[in-house]
Amino acid sequence: MSSASHAFQALVAVASRETVKFFHQRGRLLSAVVRPSLWLIIFAAGFKNVFGVAVLPPYESYIEYQVYVVPGLLGMVLLFNGMQSSLAMVYDREMGIMRLLLTAPLPRSYLLFCKLLAGTFLSLLQAYAFLIVCALFDVNLPWWPGLVYALPAMFLTGLMLGALGLLLSVSIKQLENFAGMMNFVIFPMFFLSPALYPLWKLKESGAEVIYHLSLYNPFTHGVELIRFAMYGQFNILSCAVVLGTLVVLFLLAAWGYDPQRGLVRRRG
Amino acid sequence: MSQAVLHVDSVSKSYGALKALNEVSLSVARGEFVALLGPNGAGKSTLFQLLTGLFVPDTGRIEIDTHDLRRQGSQALAALGVVFQQSTLDLDLTVRANLRFHARLHGMGRAARERIDAELERIGLVEQANSPVRALSGGNRRKVEVARALLHQPALLLMDEPTVGLDPASRRALLEYVHELRAGRGLGVLWATHLVDEVEDADRVIVLHKGRRLAAATPDALCGQAGTANLAGAFLTLTGETPRTQEGVVS
Ligand SMILES: Nc1ncnc2c1ncn2[C@@H]1O[C@H](COP(=O)(O)OP(=O)(O)O)[C@@H](O)[C@H]1O
Ligand SMILES: [Mg+2]
Repeated sequence: MSSASHAFQALVAVASRETVKFFHQRGRLLSAVVRPSLWLIIFAAGFKNVFGVAVLPPYESYIEYQVYVVPGLLGMVLLFNGMQSSLAMVYDREMGIMRLLLTAPLPRSYLLFCKLLAGTFLSLLQAYAFLIVCALFDVNLPWWPGLVYALPAMFLTGLMLGALGLLLSVSIKQLENFAGMMNFVIFPMFFLSPALYPLWKLKESGAEVIYHLSLYNPFTHGVELIRFAMYGQFNILSCAVVLGTLVVLFLLAAWGYDPQRGLVRRRG
Repeated sequence: MSQAVLHVDSVSKSYGALKALNEVSLSVARGEFVALLGPNGAGKSTLFQLLTGLFVPDTGRIEIDTHDLRRQGSQALAALGVVFQQSTLDLDLTVRANLRFHARLHGMGRAARERIDAELERIGLVEQANSPVRALSGGNRRKVEVARALLHQPALLLMDEPTVGLDPASRRALLEYVHELRAGRGLGVLWATHLVDEVEDADRVIVLHKGRRLAAATPDALCGQAGTANLAGAFLTLTGETPRTQEGVVS
C-alpha cells in the first residue's frame, strides 16, 4: 500500500467518523444554523435604521445591514464549530479514542491535521447551510460567483479556528469546561471584530482600546477575508494574518500532543 | 530463541519523583506468549504506553519487529496490535464502523472488507456487525477490541489486563483464544495481568513489581527459583504481596 493511499485512507477514516457523528447529533446542524439566523433576522431588523453604513471597501455602494453582517455570521458559524471540534477532541480523549488515533502508523502531526481537516469540512457544511437561510430571507448577497470565491476564504478561516480549538483541547482537562471557553474565547473573539459593525465605528465613538484589540484579533481577519472574497477581492493582509495564525496555532497544538510533554503524558 | 518481535532494553520512566519503570528489559519472540505479572501500580500500563509510543521513555530503547520505535515509529506501530486496559471503542458507532475506522487508519485498502468479515466470523459477532457497540455486552466489546487489534495482522499483540470486567467464562475463553492465535499465527503476545491464574500456561512469566523486573522465566522455573509449589507461592515470595486470582485473594 503506497503511503499516499494510506494517508488518504486515514483522512477518510477520521472525516467519515466525524461526519457520521455530526449527523447523529440531530440538534447540531439545527443549532448551527439557527444561531446566526436569529442574529440575521432579529438583530439586523433592529439595527436597520440605527446604522447608516457608509460606503467602505469592499462595498461599492450603500448596503443594507443584513448584507453587512453575513460574513461575520459565517465567521460565527466557523468559530462555534471550531470550538465544538475542540470539545470532540476532549471527548475522544476521555473515551480512549485518541489513543487509537495516535497509535496509528502515521506521523502524529498528520493525524492531527486529519482531525483539523475533518472539522473544517463540517464547518463549511454548516456555513453553506446558513447561506441557504440567507437565500430564503432574500439577503442581497453576491451569490454568483461571490460564494465560490468565499469558499477558500471560509476554508482558511475554518482551519484557523479549528486549529485554535485543537490547541485549546490540549489545555482543557474536562468536558465541563466548555462554558468557560465560551466566555473567554468565543465571545471576546466575536465581539472584538467587525462581525457586527465596521471597526471605524469603534474608533469614531472613541473606543480606542477596543478598536486596537480588534485589529489584532485573528478572527477580525478571518471575517474580512471572507467579506472581501465575496466581492471578488483578495485581502492580502487578512490572508497573511489568517495563514500565519493557522500555522502557529497548529504547530503549538502538535507540540501539545507530543508524547514528550503533551497531555497524554499527564493523563496516563 | 527465534527472532524477537519485541525487544525492550533497560527502559526507565518517571512521573516526577515516582520511578514507574526502573531499567526494565524484556523480549517476546515470534509465537511466544509472555505474561507480564504484577500487582496494581507495578508499572504495567506505563510500559504499554511506552510500547505504543504514547509516552517516550526517559532512557532505554524499544524495538518492535526490528524497527526502533523512536526512529521508525510508523513501521514499528504497523507491526503492533494493542488492547488497552480501558476500552477504546466508539460506543456510538457500529461494530463494523469501529473496525473499518481502524482498518483505514492502518491503510488496509481493499483487503479491509475481507479481513473484517473474517474477524467478525471468528469472534461470532457477524449478526451484531451493524449494531452500535453500546448495545454489546462487556465480553463482546472485548472481543471486538481483540478482533480490531488483529485486523492488520500484527506481529505482536499487546494486551493490558484484557480480562478486567469479564465474567469467569469470558475470561477463560479470551485467554484460550489468544493462546490459539499465538500458536496459529505465530503471533508474539505480551499479556499484562495482576491475576496469577492467568499466567499458568504462559511460555514465560515476567514479574514486575514497583517498576522493577524481579524475574523472567517459565512458570515452572519460576516456582523452582522461589522454591514454592505453585505460582501463587512464587509471587508471594518474590514480591511480598498477596497473590490474586479470578476468584479473589489466594489464601
Ligand atoms: N499519568 C501518570 N502520572 C503520574 N503517575 C502515574 C501516571 N500513571 C501511572 N502513574 C503511577 O505510576 C505507577 C505505575 O502505574 P501503572 O503503570 O498504571 O501500573 P499498573 O498498570 O501495573 O497498575 C503507579 O504508582 C501509578 O500511580
Ligand atoms: Mg494498569
